[in-house]
Amino acid sequence: MKSQISIENVSKVFGRHKALNNVSLEIKEGEIFALLGPNGAGKTTLISAICGLCRQSSGNIKVNDFDTLSHYKETRNQIGLVPQELPLDGFESVYNSCQFSRGLFGLKDSRDHIDKILKTLSLFDKRDEQIFGLSGGMKRRLLIAKALAHEPKILFLDEPTAGVDVSLRRDIWKLIEDQKKMGVTIILTTHYIEEAEQLADRVGIINSGEIILVKEKTALMSEFSKKTTFIRLSKKLKDTSFIKKNNKISLTDNGMTLKLLGINNTSNELQSIVNLLSQNGIAFTEINTVDNSLEDIFLDLVESQ
Amino acid sequence: MNIQAAITIYKFEMARFRRTIFQSLVAPIITTSLYFVVFGAAIGSKIETINGVSYGSFIVPGLIMLYLMTESINNAAFGIYFPKFVGSIFEVLSAPVSSLEATVGYVGAAASKSTIIGLMIFLTSNLFVTHDIKYPLVMAIFIILTAITFSLFGFIIGIWAQNWEKLSIIPTLLVTPLVFLGGSFYSIDMLPEFWQKVSLLNPVFYLISGFRWSFFGTSEIPIALSIVAILSFMAICLAVIAIIFRTGYRLRT
Repeated sequence: MKSQISIENVSKVFGRHKALNNVSLEIKEGEIFALLGPNGAGKTTLISAICGLCRQSSGNIKVNDFDTLSHYKETRNQIGLVPQELPLDGFESVYNSCQFSRGLFGLKDSRDHIDKILKTLSLFDKRDEQIFGLSGGMKRRLLIAKALAHEPKILFLDEPTAGVDVSLRRDIWKLIEDQKKMGVTIILTTHYIEEAEQLADRVGIINSGEIILVKEKTALMSEFSKKTTFIRLSKKLKDTSFIKKNNKISLTDNGMTLKLLGINNTSNELQSIVNLLSQNGIAFTEINTVDNSLEDIFLDLVESQ
Repeated sequence: MNIQAAITIYKFEMARFRRTIFQSLVAPIITTSLYFVVFGAAIGSKIETINGVSYGSFIVPGLIMLYLMTESINNAAFGIYFPKFVGSIFEVLSAPVSSLEATVGYVGAAASKSTIIGLMIFLTSNLFVTHDIKYPLVMAIFIILTAITFSLFGFIIGIWAQNWEKLSIIPTLLVTPLVFLGGSFYSIDMLPEFWQKVSLLNPVFYLISGFRWSFFGTSEIPIALSIVAILSFMAICLAVIAIIFRTGYRLRT
């Protein structure tokens, strides 16, 4: 896939604070890229630099080979931005607000296009209402509608599901997937790792202004995969001496369940433990293996920094 | 050039004006009427003509200028400050909109609003005094130039202001006194010599004087000087705005 956004050695300094430190990153055309990081990691600053809300102190950013500083019109024309907060002019109507967004990109009014977006986002009934009468979830959807009003090729979503209910979150996920099917490149920042796990093709992790990892989501999950296996025993274990010899094994559930951490697929560790239980005359009723989540991987990586 | 963006910003700001049309127009008309009652009828009846013009007529250009300047500043300052305050300015800053296009949109709308208000005040004045305009074209040029220039100034204030207090501090503490002391309601010939010289340091005096010339064909200073003054102030405002957009001052981090 062709690289659509190219970020080269970008740094951003606010006074003495280095919000971005020599960040380099490529975003591929048509992918969903999830940018993860703790609060203050530099996610929003990086998005702001790409979208023109702030100017990088050094380095270059190109969107489809256009420099974001010297050819800002060409780069911004391709981008739609959904910010983290809900910055809206509450006195304006939903419809006019969307037309305003469209007009800023040099496009004439298009009732059909705006109506279509508003219907997709379940805002059509509210089109003539003033924004301050909308609920928080509706405002969040309106920001997405505004970002889509000029039919962007690249969509930045800065924590799009922050503070929305589960149902709306699912709707937004569907919308993101639909946009991807239409060929839109999506860059997503989120605190909900489940969201990245569900949607992303690739994941980038940023911490203290530095990109510490960029990987295909599946490769990341596989590389950092750690399994936890639970063996439900038929009766409470009395002799725990063999557990103490292995630090990967612990006893939970009042002695009724063995918890085996990081048991490797390729080794015969699980078989050995099952054999050991048989030799000691201990029966079991259930074996359950759980993969660690992207959230576990994210926390491991950030904490190891 | 993204002309559509400038038109979009202009229409958006004018829509705000339409939403508040009652307070935007009625308040200046009532206040103007009060000025005519108090200054024109009550005080004006005790004053003889000034340069051959009745006092009621004499204050009309001053009153129009007073509103034109203050409304231009207030409308333009609010127009850019409000989206900064609520955060919606991100849309303009992340769109393919140049500094010129944004300025044309915001300042054009503010100047249009204040021009409409200025014309309403002129029409209101006709209810109280009768006057012929000697140079209507010059009057129109002065109105447009003043509206644009002070809207540019207001635009700068709106970008500079970081809170509501700062937004009103310059119009209240600087512009209003300059307008009142710039000969809105009197001829500087009526002042002692020392204060006449002080008045010459007030840039607003040149604008009011020039505007009054377009009404009556007489003024305290040459009309060319007034035009140079307004064009100079406009050039300074444009230069400051160019610097603001180049550096991103209080707009981009």
